[in-house]
Amino acid sequence: MMKIAVLVFPGSNCDHDAYHALRHVLSLDARFVWHKEDRLSGFDAVVIPGGFTYGDYLRTGAMAKLSPVMGAVRRFAEAGGPVIGICNGFQILLEAELLPGAMIANESLKFICDFVNIKTEFSGTPFTLDVLRESVLRIPIAHYQGNYYADRETLARLEGEGRVVFRYCDADGNVTPEANPNGSVGNIAGICNAGRNVLGMMPHPERCSEEEMGSSDGRRLFASMIRWITEKGR
Amino acid sequence: MKARIYVTLKKGVLDPQGKAIQHSLSHLGFEGVEEVRVGKYLDVRLRPMAREAAEKLLQEACQRLLANTVIEDYRFEIEG
Repeated sequence: MMKIAVLVFPGSNCDHDAYHALRHVLSLDARFVWHKEDRLSGFDAVVIPGGFTYGDYLRTGAMAKLSPVMGAVRRFAEAGGPVIGICNGFQILLEAELLPGAMIANESLKFICDFVNIKTEFSGTPFTLDVLRESVLRIPIAHYQGNYYADRETLARLEGEGRVVFRYCDADGNVTPEANPNGSVGNIAGICNAGRNVLGMMPHPERCSEEEMGSSDGRRLFASMIRWITEKGR
Repeated sequence: MKARIYVTLKKGVLDPQGKAIQHSLSHLGFEGVEEVRVGKYLDVRLRPMAREAAEKLLQEACQRLLANTVIEDYRFEIEG
């Protein structure tokens, strides 16, 4: 059975949601991994869940990047293992420089908790394998610091290499300024690393993995992950 | 030995908080305020050491934790 690590830092608060989606909805062997662990052996994938690690002190994710488990995540990622950082997990991946760029406060200066639409632009990650390009997903966001920023050079590289995985869009898939909830440059909602195995995204797939949650689109990301792991035979 | 560290947003990085503060100031009648950028200020106490060593330490601390150089600049002053 596939073993999936759900990292737990002081202040993680979507860890149980991720665990529920993986274990109870997708029947995977999800395990909580405390941030003091320095090994991730035997795991097929790593989920860095959302929350407010270390109270967002200094900057979101700035303290969490120094936890021992992040060294293990780096090695896991460098070996090609699939890693997904959701919301604060994305912020931690940025701070740890496993993904480029940074987050700043939402343009509105408001914490936004809402359903949004995102357009899939790249199906080459382990988490979007079965999400066709151009597919629109209905998925919740909940953040104050989700305004993605990268300098011009980094953005050009991300765009040029097709590493923008998700963009905020309207229900029909149009990427417009009105559909951008937080001011992210290029309506960016999710990006991947050069190796394509590390994905960071602000929206929460674990919160919409069952119809009764208002959408089950998030489940497609985890279903993709399952197929990816099965086929790569990691 | 003391140090003062200033962490500020890079030029070109949007500062919604600074913008809101500038709006509030102009609301209060401070028409002369054209722009506000919010940064961080850290007071640090160091164990006595050579100035060069202190500079090296602070430089590294800023690079590795205190500033995110993707969006922030930093500078520091050492006292004593």
